[in-house]
Amino acid sequence: MKIFRFVFFSALAASAFASERSVVIGSKKFTESYVLGEIAKRQLIEAGLPAEHRQGMGGTIILWQALRGGQIDVYPEYTGTIVQEILKRSGPMHVDFVVDELRKAGIGMTKPLGFNNTYALVMRRDRASALGIRRISDLQKHPEVKFGLTHEFLDRQDGWQPLSVAYRLSPGNVIGIDHALGYDALRSKQIDVKDAYSTDAKIADYDLVVLEDDQKFFPPYDAVFLYRLSLDEKIISVLRALESKIDEPKMTRLNGEAERTKDYAQAASLFFDSSAGSTSGFGETFPHKLTRWTARHLELAGFSLLLSVIIGIPLGIWASRGGAVGQVILGFASVVQTIPSLALLALLVPLPFFGISARTAIAALFLYGLLPIVRNTATGLQDIPRALRESAIALGLSPRARLWKIYLPMASRSILGGIKTSAVINVGTATLAALIGAGGLGEPILSGLNLNDHATILQGAIPAAILALVVQWLFDLLDRVLIPKGLRL
Amino acid sequence: MSALVQLVGVSKTFGDAAAVHEIDLAVERGKTTVLIGPSGCGKSTLLRLIIGLIEPDRGEINFDGTELRTDKIDIVRRRIGYVIQEGGLFPHLTARENILLMARYLGRGGNEIRARLGELRGLTRFPENLLDRYPLELSGGQRQRVSLMRALMLSPQLLLLDEPLGALDPLVRAALQKDLKEIFARLEQTALLVTHDLAEAAFLGDEIVLMNEGRLVQQGSLSELREKPASEFVTEFINAQRVLMLT
Repeated sequence: MKIFRFVFFSALAASAFASERSVVIGSKKFTESYVLGEIAKRQLIEAGLPAEHRQGMGGTIILWQALRGGQIDVYPEYTGTIVQEILKRSGPMHVDFVVDELRKAGIGMTKPLGFNNTYALVMRRDRASALGIRRISDLQKHPEVKFGLTHEFLDRQDGWQPLSVAYRLSPGNVIGIDHALGYDALRSKQIDVKDAYSTDAKIADYDLVVLEDDQKFFPPYDAVFLYRLSLDEKIISVLRALESKIDEPKMTRLNGEAERTKDYAQAASLFFDSSAGSTSGFGETFPHKLTRWTARHLELAGFSLLLSVIIGIPLGIWASRGGAVGQVILGFASVVQTIPSLALLALLVPLPFFGISARTAIAALFLYGLLPIVRNTATGLQDIPRALRESAIALGLSPRARLWKIYLPMASRSILGGIKTSAVINVGTATLAALIGAGGLGEPILSGLNLNDHATILQGAIPAAILALVVQWLFDLLDRVLIPKGLRL
Repeated sequence: MSALVQLVGVSKTFGDAAAVHEIDLAVERGKTTVLIGPSGCGKSTLLRLIIGLIEPDRGEINFDGTELRTDKIDIVRRRIGYVIQEGGLFPHLTARENILLMARYLGRGGNEIRARLGELRGLTRFPENLLDRYPLELSGGQRQRVSLMRALMLSPQLLLLDEPLGALDPLVRAALQKDLKEIFARLEQTALLVTHDLAEAAFLGDEIVLMNEGRLVQQGSLSELREKPASEFVTEFINAQRVLMLT
């Protein structure tokens, strides 16, 4: 009962919070974007404007679409990316022209924030000096070097394709790899060259050299904020107050701080003059975060399990009667189970009612939890010996009384077994909900993966595993209460 | 007074039950009628037809003067007790809960229930301290006694017993046979019992009905069957059982 009350009130609180209409800031899936997002959020909140930050939503296209579609109001972007990827132009463009073009889409752009985070190719210092490579054009003479490039860089208009043409580089040794993981691959000598952002803290941390762009291939990537022109004047002016406030060394330092502390809000607070006020309220303590993740996790898994039970048991009863309907029900539940959980989430996201929300996660988990309950209910009922079924009928019990007094109690062990399986699966699978921004213990796992930081991953993974064990244990207790004693002999 | 159960031209040839053909049978009030025959001859099918677990393809079954109808079947079932070989006790209910299941379901009064239970316990010689055990905690013979009490709880007009002693070892079986005979006599119970054991049929039955391959072969007392066999099969069946009894 307590859990339901808790779930109910937290859902209520969440909806109340959303109705305040705070400014929604988006960010891309890499450290600097997270930090800039946090800076914008803090800047707005300090000005008394409610703001929330949706961290790491994806790549350029997703963020741009979300901004145009109004799901987010602001996100950090780079001028080079705006020209190449959003406006699809090549070559330099005057800033006034860019502003005009964006205005047609209802989007505004701040002036540069003060640093240029251009793309760069980086190598280990020892490897570069051994091969005598200083400039990108030096790579022509070394077809044996192995490139590990991010998927975005491989696909970009200003990425690998035109770069390899411009520098006449052989396309042989190229693999696609995640940005954070690429640094590890570089350090462990699995690759020699990777693409980087020039303000990446890892460049200094790992003692990497930035290869000189001797043909001036990469356009400038000045960081700016893009925002919806429909935003309130006040909000825009607060954002614009950040213009020219962050130089390259500062940004590199903030990125380093974020990767060291694994706390973007903490890194962002470093930007604000720490003497001007305490940072309390921004850096959330670990127990507090853990409580928030766990509560959310239980909410997702609990709601979905409740739905699975409410829908699954009647479906199982229906399926136990056999025939075509039974086949269809069991078949449907089995097919749902074979869809990879990630794919199921991805399939639900584009549907009108769902989208990026907890609703989608609950729906996916509900569908997942259905099969064990339906199947166990059906088999539990079908396994009742014919002689006992007939005895119940011969006594003259009504069909309803037979179901409630005889069949369901006799199948209770099997049904509870199904519910237990669903519960454990749901607690595990709910970690994926973080992928669509529904929160839970998947949140630290996801950002840990993003930062390639095992400690952060474990902050989510260990509680999730413990939770699954606790759920299992609770259900074992429940067995003793709910399964009639005569069946446990 | 007419027979309690009257089967007229009843046939059941489809489905998973052993087939029966053109059965005419009367179960007389206050008597024990025994259906006997080799396995698969359709004797259990007749019980299942009477209690409405299956429906006849053709023919008519009358119970206490009215035809058996599907829509009223539950009312009729409550006037019939049904005991099967393994007892058919529900494992999640104690012996007491099994016995009282229907009386409680029908909202019978506590005093009435208690009195009837005490009476039945005396009849079946069932120890009170075992009443709160679950079926799995009882022996085969004890389970059959519980099953009998459950069948008799609502004072049924008819008791159907389908090989009730079939799964018991000989000593327990003999004791229960004796008790059954006494109970039937004491209650003047109309009973229809299925067995494949001629000695049991002779001991318990007022009327013996011999069946073979879904048809009634002969009806009467054991001596009638022995002395005026209706066919070669009757003599064969009786002799076969006699040989078995001697060895």
